[in-house]
Amino acid sequence: MVLSELWFVLIAIVFIGFFFLEGFDFGVGMSTRLVAKNQTERSVMVNTIGPFWDANEVWLLTGGGAIFAAFPHWYATMFSGYYLPLLVVLLCLIARGVSFEFRRKVDNPRWTNIWDWAIFISSILSPFLLGVLFTSMLKGMPIQKDMNMQPGFTDFINIYSLWGGVTVTLLCFLHGLHFLTLKTSGEIRRRATLLAKRAALAVLGALAIFVVLSWMMTDIFEAHLVTELMLVGFIVLAYGLTYYFISKKREGLAFTMSGLGLALTVSAIFVGLFPRVMISSINKAFDLTVYNASSGDYSLKIMTIVAVTILPFVLGYTIWSYYIFRKRVTDKEHLTY
Amino acid sequence: MDPIFLARFQFAATTIFHFFFVPLSIGLVLMVAVMETLYVVKKNELYKKMAKFWGHLFLINFAVGVVTGIIQEFQFGMNWSEYSRFVGDVFGAPLAIEALLAFFMESTFIGLWIFGWDRLSKKLHLACIWLVSLGTILSAVWILTANSFMQVPVGYVMKNGRAEMNDFLALITNGQLLVEFPHVLTGAICTGAFFVAGVSAYNLLKKRNIVFYKKSIQLALIFGLIGSIGVALSGHTQAQYLVKTQPMKMAAAEGIWKDTADPAPWSAFALIDTKKQENKLELNIPYALSFLSYSKFEGSLKGMETLQKEYTAKYDSIVGEGTNYIPPVKTTYWSFRLMIGFGVAMILLPIIGLFLWKRGRLVGSTWFLKFLLPAITFPFLANTFGWMMTEIGRQPWSVFGLMTTADAVSPNVPAGMILFSTIMYLLVFTILLLVMVYLMIREIKKGPDVLHGVDDKLLTDSDPFKVGA
Repeated sequence: MVLSELWFVLIAIVFIGFFFLEGFDFGVGMSTRLVAKNQTERSVMVNTIGPFWDANEVWLLTGGGAIFAAFPHWYATMFSGYYLPLLVVLLCLIARGVSFEFRRKVDNPRWTNIWDWAIFISSILSPFLLGVLFTSMLKGMPIQKDMNMQPGFTDFINIYSLWGGVTVTLLCFLHGLHFLTLKTSGEIRRRATLLAKRAALAVLGALAIFVVLSWMMTDIFEAHLVTELMLVGFIVLAYGLTYYFISKKREGLAFTMSGLGLALTVSAIFVGLFPRVMISSINKAFDLTVYNASSGDYSLKIMTIVAVTILPFVLGYTIWSYYIFRKRVTDKEHLTY
Repeated sequence: MDPIFLARFQFAATTIFHFFFVPLSIGLVLMVAVMETLYVVKKNELYKKMAKFWGHLFLINFAVGVVTGIIQEFQFGMNWSEYSRFVGDVFGAPLAIEALLAFFMESTFIGLWIFGWDRLSKKLHLACIWLVSLGTILSAVWILTANSFMQVPVGYVMKNGRAEMNDFLALITNGQLLVEFPHVLTGAICTGAFFVAGVSAYNLLKKRNIVFYKKSIQLALIFGLIGSIGVALSGHTQAQYLVKTQPMKMAAAEGIWKDTADPAPWSAFALIDTKKQENKLELNIPYALSFLSYSKFEGSLKGMETLQKEYTAKYDSIVGEGTNYIPPVKTTYWSFRLMIGFGVAMILLPIIGLFLWKRGRLVGSTWFLKFLLPAITFPFLANTFGWMMTEIGRQPWSVFGLMTTADAVSPNVPAGMILFSTIMYLLVFTILLLVMVYLMIREIKKGPDVLHGVDDKLLTDSDPFKVGA
């Protein structure tokens, strides 16, 4: 395996980490309107992700940084080409981040309400737009010979990418519901469990349609038939098990399975891309690949050493922080956010 | 409108705004860590209260700093894609390392610190805030590594039509980084110190929590003195390095058109005419520039005219004939002077304060306390002017000697798009700033007594669930 291939895998892993972790806190953000019935319940929910959301978001920044460092052309083409959706994602991430911090700084329900709406909307829009972005990448974008693109509206927004966005949003929502079943008690937990069962079925439906659309509108099954079919099989299995476990009130296992489902879905997207990083809808020769978009070997080698050294520590203290805050959150205790 | 101008304006606006929050975060969290250390070592509840209160203000600021920083990482690709393609091989690595090493550390341990008061042992909790502080400092190291490469490119080789890294060690021991990092760090310490000093002064004037704010202001004065002297010394070193590595920036910062006399005088004031390339109404301090540049009272500096000729011979083959290598002189000149001016004030204030403290007259000297209030803005202004000098003074280059700013911009992004995003950012920034200042003032007026875990009796009165439920 050459270094640039390794970095493609590492970036995929970072995005798996991102969707696994930030996926549930997006889902919790959506639940603040779809599950919670009053401000107290919303506060409990926000506090379940209180210690984690910031670090979860860093996975996205790390992903962006890693693409910049390992595949400068991918970074340049994607970020300049996806200007408008990324602008909205940025504004959402800004709104979400400060809302957690600001929402209860003033003891006024109306004040809190404003920031809670910001949390809700940005928690839906961010995964939706990231879903649109990744799936439209699978479909291909009008990349020209000079590696640049000036996509039109329908290049971002079409049936395939919209459905991709919806699917990713649903996956995050389900994952968030499972997180709530693990971190809350009483009424919220009961309602989250109930909704999770329905959401799991919706996810299976959405994924089925997405697979059919992918078959029709992308070349990922031509390019990697066996691997993609296996991945689809595993994804269906994971979400099937999710439904089974949540029905049996095995919350930990249900959460694991919805996380695994997200991880496998992200894997399927990256496998579908490989060895390309950006597919040109104009000409195959204009595709950006792990070979023509990457940094030099020296740079990749340094980055590999750095990543391999630091990542175990990051994983270590991340796990430790989840262990410290393993207890369920209730409104009986002091809620920081 | 010109996309290059718009992209530059956006970068300047978003970076300056972001850098209001960053140095305050770095400086304030370091002070909070020291306060909590004093609490753990001396077992005095007052220090815990200090760590909680100032930590509380830090968090409001930190949140805005973090989210405005995300824009910066995206912006290189969005507005400066040609730049990203050209230097990504070198420049991307420090950014990725910053995320991996610093962002994870600060975000995870700040979560543990905020939510961990009752769940972690005292020492473990203290370790968390030190790791946050370390994270913010490491973040500065790596972003400055990236910035230093733009000022003084090292550790690279030109290959495949772009700059590729060939010496990582050279990149992280870049002479520019070694002078720039201490300057930024001590500047950040000043920012935190003057913030704590100003807020404490305000409350001392209002005769609130005298003991609490007296302790705070004393600590702030010590930090302020260390920071401001550090900033001056490191700034001096940086200026000398600048003379060697980017003489044009130095010449512009000094408004030197023709080579100076030997010894060179330092210009304290001048009306600069960029068209005629001359200065009027000059007020010069003899010998000072020679000392500033070489630490001795002799030696001359090259003027912009000479340097333009030298750069033309050296760089025209890279960037095209007829390039003007002179940066916006007035902005560079005046930013430099304003930075120095505020810097000098920042040295004097802690000295006066410490003197008053020794005489036991600190709390009673209302004139001094009143002065500390507007002085909160001094480090912010000095930081901003310093960066304006550094970045505007580097023009027309984005990477010195390798790539001009005009060549760095995204060719596929229409000007209207950049204008639209700029307006959106400015709108959001305005809201953020207003909300943050409002919250800060509110929290400062509430004072340290109502914070959770500080005074349990008062806590029940501020229980938000009474209102929300």
